Amino acid sequence: MTLLRYLRDRKQLTGTKEGCAEGDCGACSVAIAELGADGQPVWRSVNSCLVMLPMLQGKHVLTVEALKQGEAYHPAQVSMTKALGSQCGYCTPGIVMSMFEATYRKDLDAPWKLDDQLCGNLCRCTGYRPIRDAAEEVAGTCPNDGFTPAKPESMELAYEAHGQRFVTPGTFEALWQELDAHPDARFVVGGTDLCLEVTKKFAVIPKLVSLEGLTELKQVSETDAFFRIGSGVSIAELETFSATRLPSLHRMVRYFAARQIKHRGTVGGNLCTASPIGDLPPALISLGATAVIRGRGGERRVLLEQFFVGYRKTALATKELLVAVEVPRPASSARAVCYKVSKRRELDISTVSAGFYVDTDGEGVVTVARLAYGGMAATTLRAAGAEAALVGKAWSAQNVALAAKALATDFTPLSDHRGSAAYRSLVAANLLRGFFDETLEVRQPPLGSQHVATVQSAEEVRHG
Amino acid sequence: MVENPGSPLHQPLLHESAQRHASGEAKYVDDFPAPAGMLVAQAAGGSHARGRIRSVDISKAKLVPGVVAVLTARDIPGQNNVGPVIHDEELLASQQVHFLGQPVVLVVAESLEACRAGVAAVKIDLEASAPIVTIEQAIAAGSWLSDEHRMQRGDVGAALATADVRFQGEVRTGGQDHFYLETQVTLAIPEENRALKLYCSTQHPSEVQAIVAHVLHCGRHQVVVEVPRMGGGFGGKETQAAPWAAMAALAALKTGRPVKVWLNRDQDMLLTGKRHPFLTKFDVGFSKDGTLVGLDAQLVSDGGFSNDLSRAILDRALFHSDNGYFLPHVRLTGRVAKTNLPSNTAFRGFGGPQGMALIEDLISRFCERTGLDPVEVRRKNFYGAAPRNLTPYWQEVKDNRLPRIFDELLASSDYTKRRAEVAAFNAKSTSSKRGLALTPVKFGISFTTGFLNQAGALVVLYADGTVQLNHGGTEMGQGLHTKMLAICAHELGVLPENVRVMNTSTEKVPNTSATAASSGADLNGQAVKNACETLRSRLAPIAARLLGGADERELVFRGGHVFLGEHPEQWVAFDALTSEAHLAQVSMSATGFYRTPDITFDRNSGRGKPFHYFAYGAAVCEVELSALTGEHRLRRVDILHDVGNSLAPTIDRGQIEGAFIQGVGWLTSEELRFDAQGFLRTHSPDTYKIPAFGDAPREFHVALLQNAAQYDVVHGSKAVGEPPLMLALAVVAALRDAVTAFGPKGREVKLDMPCTAEALLFAVEAQRQ
Repeated sequence: MTLLRYLRDRKQLTGTKEGCAEGDCGACSVAIAELGADGQPVWRSVNSCLVMLPMLQGKHVLTVEALKQGEAYHPAQVSMTKALGSQCGYCTPGIVMSMFEATYRKDLDAPWKLDDQLCGNLCRCTGYRPIRDAAEEVAGTCPNDGFTPAKPESMELAYEAHGQRFVTPGTFEALWQELDAHPDARFVVGGTDLCLEVTKKFAVIPKLVSLEGLTELKQVSETDAFFRIGSGVSIAELETFSATRLPSLHRMVRYFAARQIKHRGTVGGNLCTASPIGDLPPALISLGATAVIRGRGGERRVLLEQFFVGYRKTALATKELLVAVEVPRPASSARAVCYKVSKRRELDISTVSAGFYVDTDGEGVVTVARLAYGGMAATTLRAAGAEAALVGKAWSAQNVALAAKALATDFTPLSDHRGSAAYRSLVAANLLRGFFDETLEVRQPPLGSQHVATVQSAEEVRHG
Repeated sequence: MVENPGSPLHQPLLHESAQRHASGEAKYVDDFPAPAGMLVAQAAGGSHARGRIRSVDISKAKLVPGVVAVLTARDIPGQNNVGPVIHDEELLASQQVHFLGQPVVLVVAESLEACRAGVAAVKIDLEASAPIVTIEQAIAAGSWLSDEHRMQRGDVGAALATADVRFQGEVRTGGQDHFYLETQVTLAIPEENRALKLYCSTQHPSEVQAIVAHVLHCGRHQVVVEVPRMGGGFGGKETQAAPWAAMAALAALKTGRPVKVWLNRDQDMLLTGKRHPFLTKFDVGFSKDGTLVGLDAQLVSDGGFSNDLSRAILDRALFHSDNGYFLPHVRLTGRVAKTNLPSNTAFRGFGGPQGMALIEDLISRFCERTGLDPVEVRRKNFYGAAPRNLTPYWQEVKDNRLPRIFDELLASSDYTKRRAEVAAFNAKSTSSKRGLALTPVKFGISFTTGFLNQAGALVVLYADGTVQLNHGGTEMGQGLHTKMLAICAHELGVLPENVRVMNTSTEKVPNTSATAASSGADLNGQAVKNACETLRSRLAPIAARLLGGADERELVFRGGHVFLGEHPEQWVAFDALTSEAHLAQVSMSATGFYRTPDITFDRNSGRGKPFHYFAYGAAVCEVELSALTGEHRLRRVDILHDVGNSLAPTIDRGQIEGAFIQGVGWLTSEELRFDAQGFLRTHSPDTYKIPAFGDAPREFHVALLQNAAQYDVVHGSKAVGEPPLMLALAVVAALRDAVTAFGPKGREVKLDMPCTAEALLFAVEAQRQ
């Protein structure tokens, strides 16, 4: 049962609304206490439609009903009211909860971060201007309002009801035992993809093993050679981490999803669903990442590009799991950017995505070229022909144009409701051409606040 | 702002439900606690978009645990029809299905899970035939829902033959899902003596009542429909709440238990109608200086499988194919195509946007071809003095505010300077170009079906001086209740906190029109005013007596007191007055009524005065467009809009901003993709993209036209719901302007609406060829 249905049907807490049951509108947002980067509990907004009840083991949850204490409204509620941030009011409780989190976030220091904080909440009435005004008023104000998040307790859990089994092991040994007993169980972490089977297709999933109790999977560490990112690291945590360490990856993560999804979605989840339009695969493949796979017998490593063996298929064997990815430190001489093209900038699935990594020697000759594309084939793929057209040649507009031409033989994309084959092909080539221009002066440029497209002009990079 | 001390009218009001919205206390139909024994119902439909029903097998569905009843067309006691105007739409299909998933069987069960299992167990055997899913297919097959409707004036053939610049072509606009955040829902509760109470999310409770009565074969007095509030409507709950309400009512009557019908998001998007896509063929002529000399256009809309409101929507498209421009010689024809898709319906603008999109596109194309300044060409063609004041439907345009709006907006938006900046940017930039455009809106206010222009109210006074306000309009977020509350408080001179706006109910105000056509405040406001005037006239003699025999004509009702205009120190408190009136045996409830005068239109001749007045506005939009991906950003928007003397300027600003962004969605990112089988591939927000937070421009300047009192409308105000949606056409004009910068001068941009990233990238490619 999802948290949303539990709140509405069992607890009559109907302030939390169902707008889509797929995490695309935010009307069901609630706040959950999670551990922050500093080890202290913080409020995080999540979509209650994509959280199964056992995933809340040991966690403190607040719904919109909790915010009004007696006759006193929370500052997020006051600012929304005063700004006329509600018209029909149906999206409002969810927006209030996203804004509630925002009041305690001290890092919303750029306009785009506020957009990112609220882009998971659709409003069909207001056109957003008054909501933005309200959010700007309260974001980061940290009101002394008595809403102290409780420290999460152990998530360890074994639960069986109505023929369904949900187990959250606290150790790997417990995990192996569970898998020995139930080799047909499915893994889940944040559940932002898996829960759709329940909320959209009304599937009954008999056996689930949650990996959220394995704290090792949430670790990020670094050596001189590489970054090791645990598979249980949330996209939100990856965003914070990559901002300074892996700027090319950060660009992909920024438009990865809405805040609520970023809080629940994980690195491992995004990789193991092996979707051809997943956003991390092209980014991480372009960076030369390796998948670290563990089974009872030990660990093995495969290059991430070999991890995806077919449409929604990975190299994981039964009773194996992805524990981390290791991402080599990008060379300072390398040009690296990730791109995402979708119908809407925010909260959308890629039509075409790409991760590019090109290194050159002192003479300006290409030594490494990894051009990975999503949305162009049944899996994320490197553009072998285009890469071959670059390696050993001078990094020049002329050679990039030749490589862009070679993409036509590398890929035969499909037409679907996100874009036609012709559009995908044209964009794929244009991204490569644009990459050349964008990295002329700055080799791993960040994304500006008011950028026009996923790929920026050299001029935009210059002016930020 | 109009000065009015002590009255909420014309003041910067908050939404009357704002605090309850923010606290989660505001109740919508699906939030009501389930009444004891409540069941849920869901429809089972066929797996083809078009076909004859060979057989329906419900035997297995009846056996599913938790299923209480399985109903088909044969179980309907009255008429199996929910068509609102033309009765061409079955509640449960009996012989043929006309779109994918059209309801054939209604499964009623103890839980949603049981209901879904029951639906899955229904077997519907169809003899399928090839569905018609595009306007082109419908035209080729001669598949129509209406005859051709025509409006004309002058000699268009001769005018076009002698035009300096003449061109032909097509203009396309796309559909749009309403995407109200609250999906369709009704809770039906059986009452004694076979009566029914319905809680329904609808803009048209009286029509739901009428249709339920038809379906159940009972008098309307047996059916009460109550609307607490809607989580958005936008036209999508004008006619299209009725089928689901009728299903709930039928199931409640058959089982004797309360029944809820609630659509999830996918069901709502797959099964309900949307904004009509249009395909228009045109032949247009201009003089060398940019004056429009003739337009011959054939508009075809995609009505879906049934008429619904399609004819009136098509009419309104014809009524707005002139926008603010005088067409000396014009012939407009319109026809509704029949396709095997859900029946398309009302959506904010009601055909007006599609008509306006046509003429704005033609002016843009003319300027692209000739290089003339689009602002000057638009201004040159505005309605003027006679004979340049006559619309294609022969109504005279009086009090044209567009020239004033253009002048003020050009100055406030710094248009001329920015035009030069855009040119300078485009001269340097290769991978992206900027575009700038100014477009006007002139929108006719009134239901074009004359008799609908009426409204009622019921105002109830209690002896303690508090007020219950009932009126015929529904609240869907637009702030109607806030405005009605302000009018009521103003007229009675009471404090707003002593007025409670009641849920809209057919038992309080009968025979209402839909809350639609932007008319809610105009019509209901007059009715509320009328009711309050009646009450005031009854209270005045008592007040005069309490004030020592004052002249009733000098009494002022304001701020919870009644006083003498010349002597505000002589007053009586409103609650003391009502208490005294009760003792004096005065009737303290009153109805109010209003009908718009002088609305006449003869559909056959295409002539008359269909509109009480026009609302005006204009927008300046600046965009930047990438030639690498087709993505764009809306850099800045300046809007000046005419709402008369605003009843509530804060509410009206919200309507303008919200409508504009909704229009931007229609014209850019929102794309409905049906496949050849009539299945909507984009049936959830995963694939159907309405504007999100970052799509709202950071520079977004909205101003209301000042000193703009409208004659003969309540307190000098004007309708606001729909007109600003069409301001978004300035985004299309600006995008086209940006595309022109990629190619040689004098080349027409090839761009249909919606202007998705893909459409824009290919437009740029074509421009560069």
